[in-house]
Amino acid sequence: MKYMLLIYQNAAAFEAMPEPERHALMDEAGAIVNELSGSGEWVTGEGLAHPSTARTVRVRDGVPAITDGPFLEAKEQLAGICLFDCETLERATDIAARWPDARHWAVELRPLMHASGAEM
Amino acid sequence: MTSEGRIEDVLRGQAPRVLGTLVRRYGHFDACEDAVQEALIAAALQWPGAGVPESPAGWLITVATRRLTDAVRSDAARRRREEGRVADPTDAPPRPAQPGEPAPADEDDTLTLLFLCCHPDLSPASRIALTLRVVGGLTTAEIAAAFLVPEATMAQRISRAKSRLQKAGVTLDMPPEPERSDRLAAALHVLYLIFNEGYTATSGPHLQRAELAREAIRLAGVVHTLLPDDGEVSGLLALMLLIDARRSARAAADGSLIPLAEQDRPLWDKAGIRAGSALVTESLRSAPLGPYQLQAAIAAVHAEAPRASDTDWAQIVALYELLERSWPNPMVTLNHAVAVAMLRGPEAGLELLEPLAADDRIADHHRLDAVRGHLLEQAGDREGARSQYLRAARRTTSLPERAYLEGRAARLTGA
Repeated sequence: MKYMLLIYQNAAAFEAMPEPERHALMDEAGAIVNELSGSGEWVTGEGLAHPSTARTVRVRDGVPAITDGPFLEAKEQLAGICLFDCETLERATDIAARWPDARHWAVELRPLMHASGAEM
Repeated sequence: MTSEGRIEDVLRGQAPRVLGTLVRRYGHFDACEDAVQEALIAAALQWPGAGVPESPAGWLITVATRRLTDAVRSDAARRRREEGRVADPTDAPPRPAQPGEPAPADEDDTLTLLFLCCHPDLSPASRIALTLRVVGGLTTAEIAAAFLVPEATMAQRISRAKSRLQKAGVTLDMPPEPERSDRLAAALHVLYLIFNEGYTATSGPHLQRAELAREAIRLAGVVHTLLPDDGEVSGLLALMLLIDARRSARAAADGSLIPLAEQDRPLWDKAGIRAGSALVTESLRSAPLGPYQLQAAIAAVHAEAPRASDTDWAQIVALYELLERSWPNPMVTLNHAVAVAMLRGPEAGLELLEPLAADDRIADHHRLDAVRGHLLEQAGDREGARSQYLRAARRTTSLPERAYLEGRAARLTGA
């Protein structure tokens, strides 16, 4: 079963973090990535640039309206995603609970849709 | 069949025999398995141009042995470099069998290898991946493509599984008798999971997954040849053949799912149905009863009905009762309820569903909501049916199932 982990951060709080703490947080995440690579569960993952670099695009009546900044106005913004393939929801939840950002802000776990289907 | 298809079949059939021979000669399951994989890849590249060698197994054994020798040599060299020591005679690479030496045992290790791949220390996903590679002779890239993960992920999963087996101290011996039947049950379950992975693939970019169903049928056929008197092996093979016979009728050209009752039955594969029905009929007559045989028998009753309205629901209900009594499981109850509704009316089916709402194994499963929706629709409760379909649509992670369920709900909206 494939799950996407959506990692939310408060960018201001992350910037305000003392540097050793920030590095420790990233090292902790890196260690989980290594563990999942070793177990054959890791699929992919990326970090996102600062929310201020986001561009939101809306098309109305065929006309694109472009604004700078993220789609949702919130203190916590999406900072990265991971995709892993593991056997159970419990295992996926366990990985999510160990993700360091979950201690400071929150991570969200979502199962992926797939194109297979059983006869109903 | 294309010549490439034929080469692939030869290769896949030889994989477990070649590996068995190597492991018997040299030990080191892990290294031998890597060497066989490399030999299979080399064959897949060379044979289409150069032709299939006279003795495909001999060719593969020779190439795999060479790869194994190279691997052992470079390993030994690396160890020496790391330890700063000189050559050690015990590092000598395995040498190929000499003409005077006894020929490799002519036994077929396929079953032993299958049991090894279904070792209780391995997770289901590892058993599946390892079975496809070791017994099925598929490459890591093919397995990764079928499971829609990067090749590196699948390679790691396989290598982790192999080192776990190494740790458990595996040998090429059949497990002792009390364990053997458990291991066979685990192996059949793995084949069933592989089949389902492939069977649920509908169309488009995921056709590679559909190959898994064909591979599961091939492997079940191999096991059936080795254990012709085992009723559950026959039952599983029959079940796969009967379900697979519906393949071209179960999805529309756009990939949307067509339920059993609405399928264009002339599209069903008659040869598959004949083979599956004959197998299950024979095994029901001669072998002790088991869950795969009963499920195959149910599939055979469906297959016998020229139209959905001709279905012998009384017989299907009787078979589900038997299945539930000896091998209860909530999915069986769910299907039993559908059959009972067809025989005695939707209220009787809904009554059977009631205990499932308190069963943690299935209470939150979208299929329970979907079946409840169908039965409520049959009972004329349009609003209740619609809300169950939508609940199921929100819970499934399958795009075609979601589209199907949303379609059922939409038909019940308004007028």
